[in-house]
Amino acid sequence: MRFEGSGSYVATDDLKLAVNAAITLRRPLLVKGEPGTGKTMLAEQVAASLGLPLLEWHVKSTTKAQQGLYEYDAVSRLRDSQLGESRVHDIANYIVRGTLWEAFASDTPVVLLIDEIDKADIEFPNDLLRELDRMEFHVYETRELVRARHRPIVFITSNNEKELPDAFLRRCFFHYIRFPDKETLERIVEVHFPGIRKELLRAALESFFEVRETPGLKKKPSTSEFLDWLKLLLAEDIGPELLRSKDRKSIIPPMHGALLKNEQDVHLFERLVFLSRQPR
Amino acid sequence: MLLDFFFTLRRHQLPVSIREHLLLIEAIQAQTIGPDLTEFYHLARTTLVKDESNYDKYDRAFAEYFKGIETLAGVSAEIPIEWLLRQAELTLSAQERAQIEAMGGWEEMMAQLRQRLEEQKERHQGGNRMIGTAGTSPFGAYGYNPQGVRIGQDRSRHRSAVKVWDQREFRNLDGNAELGTRNIKIALRRLRRFAREGAAEEFDIDNTISRTARNAGLLDVQMRPERRNAIKVLLFLDIGGSMDDHVKLCEELFSAARSEFKRLEYFYFHNCLYDHVWKDNRRRLSARTPTLEILHKYGHDHRVIFVGDATMSPYEILQPGGSIEYDNPEAGSVWLQRVLTTYRKTVWLNPEPEELWNYRQSVAIIRDLFKGRMYPTTLGGLELAMKTLAR
Repeated sequence: MRFEGSGSYVATDDLKLAVNAAITLRRPLLVKGEPGTGKTMLAEQVAASLGLPLLEWHVKSTTKAQQGLYEYDAVSRLRDSQLGESRVHDIANYIVRGTLWEAFASDTPVVLLIDEIDKADIEFPNDLLRELDRMEFHVYETRELVRARHRPIVFITSNNEKELPDAFLRRCFFHYIRFPDKETLERIVEVHFPGIRKELLRAALESFFEVRETPGLKKKPSTSEFLDWLKLLLAEDIGPELLRSKDRKSIIPPMHGALLKNEQDVHLFERLVFLSRQPR
Repeated sequence: MLLDFFFTLRRHQLPVSIREHLLLIEAIQAQTIGPDLTEFYHLARTTLVKDESNYDKYDRAFAEYFKGIETLAGVSAEIPIEWLLRQAELTLSAQERAQIEAMGGWEEMMAQLRQRLEEQKERHQGGNRMIGTAGTSPFGAYGYNPQGVRIGQDRSRHRSAVKVWDQREFRNLDGNAELGTRNIKIALRRLRRFAREGAAEEFDIDNTISRTARNAGLLDVQMRPERRNAIKVLLFLDIGGSMDDHVKLCEELFSAARSEFKRLEYFYFHNCLYDHVWKDNRRRLSARTPTLEILHKYGHDHRVIFVGDATMSPYEILQPGGSIEYDNPEAGSVWLQRVLTTYRKTVWLNPEPEELWNYRQSVAIIRDLFKGRMYPTTLGGLELAMKTLAR
């Protein structure tokens, strides 16, 4: 099994290498990067291109590691016991499988995505050490050992909000997705909008990187925002001339609201443009 | 296998462990890469380096380890470092560059290098044939040849060179670099402490079950307070004067802090803390808040962050009447000390580069007052400060 990028996802060489190492050795791959650089997309695309099912586990600040393994539904057992149901005697009826269990129990290898692991509590990654390393865990209630039939291909994404513990990091491969340069971004656009006019793309890329360079922006526009913006430009049928014109009046790129998501940023940007319009 | 490489990384203070090293060897054995140094560079990075702020260190270590090995594969002669010491810079016209452009492939170049090493017996600088610095020969450093073999040069100077690790593109992500808003927010997030306080309005399932079980099956509903960030922060910002250079950074820090902490109070002061502060810089003379009121109003569990360059005359800190704005009855150090005794968790963030601190007496005084808890406003410094506050 090898991942070579896909029809709708552009992967750089170093990313492909990291993914393939993770696939071959079946170790988790931890992916970091600026928001909007396609961290979550990566798992989806790998699953699609290898033809494997994808299981997703989205982590929130309240998520506990245990929830990924299994949960003991004590409330319904309590209710059943008060109603005198017969299934109440078998505790296994009230064990609800989590995503990790599903991945371990699957008959075919699967791709497992643990999304935004840094959102959870600091202990969360530590609680998954053995599970991700040995790919097995113990069900306390039924005294059962769950072991992976096929080691799943695990992708973990992080936005860097919390530092992950060393012991956890040592068990993973790590890749940092950099913000794409002009050439890579061009390829990405080609994948999403095949047949987009060359001049329009070039002009749009130039104004995009200009906006990104604006000093003091609170949130720099990312790849996914750029793609949205292109969609708008195409829908409104805005010609490349308008983007490229160095005519001082129309120097603000049209639809810049798709790129800048923060009121202060829009003000700042407009102010800078206004300043640069003043004759020196 | 690769033990020297491993120890080179450790010498560069990369936190690599034996476990990761074994994983790397396993990956090589599983033939995830071909015999290609660039691929090895990426594979080793993905297995050994687990934080992008360490990428730059890794690049440097990698360059150090492989510099000799790749450029001189199969060459037995050693090149004395003096030859390669950077002496002069060189710029060529476009026409001259074009002349050098075509020199044949890598193989031929290595063969030529070997041959010339044999011929060459002394230091060489400039010129266009021998090995040395600042020349246009394809061998050596700090020169220009688009197909050149670089020997002992720490970065790609004309961007057409081959090696990834010499470009050191991850310098920005180093922990010592300056901050951006997003980075600040993330650093501030380390100062989070979730706690359950206040009114009980959330249904507590686990507790309800255990109480119900103890209650012989009769339902006993339990409630608990919601979980939220319990950190309370007081922010004191130095404004005006020498702080004008740092306005942008302070703005960023302030906006990040505002969105990260629900319970944040901020006050301005000038140079040093005296008996009053203000919340609106335009009304600093009319709408003042006595510092004593702050000390009484906000509880001891507040975390206090001072932001200022601490650059002033020592009299402004130590002497009553030392303030440059008015005749202050008590010295600044007295007020700072009061804050420090009221709030145990207090730090000072200094936007001036750490290297300059030693040259300023006032910085040393304040640093002493704060028992060394003064941190630079770099990502690393901010993280340390938050760690101190969270403790």
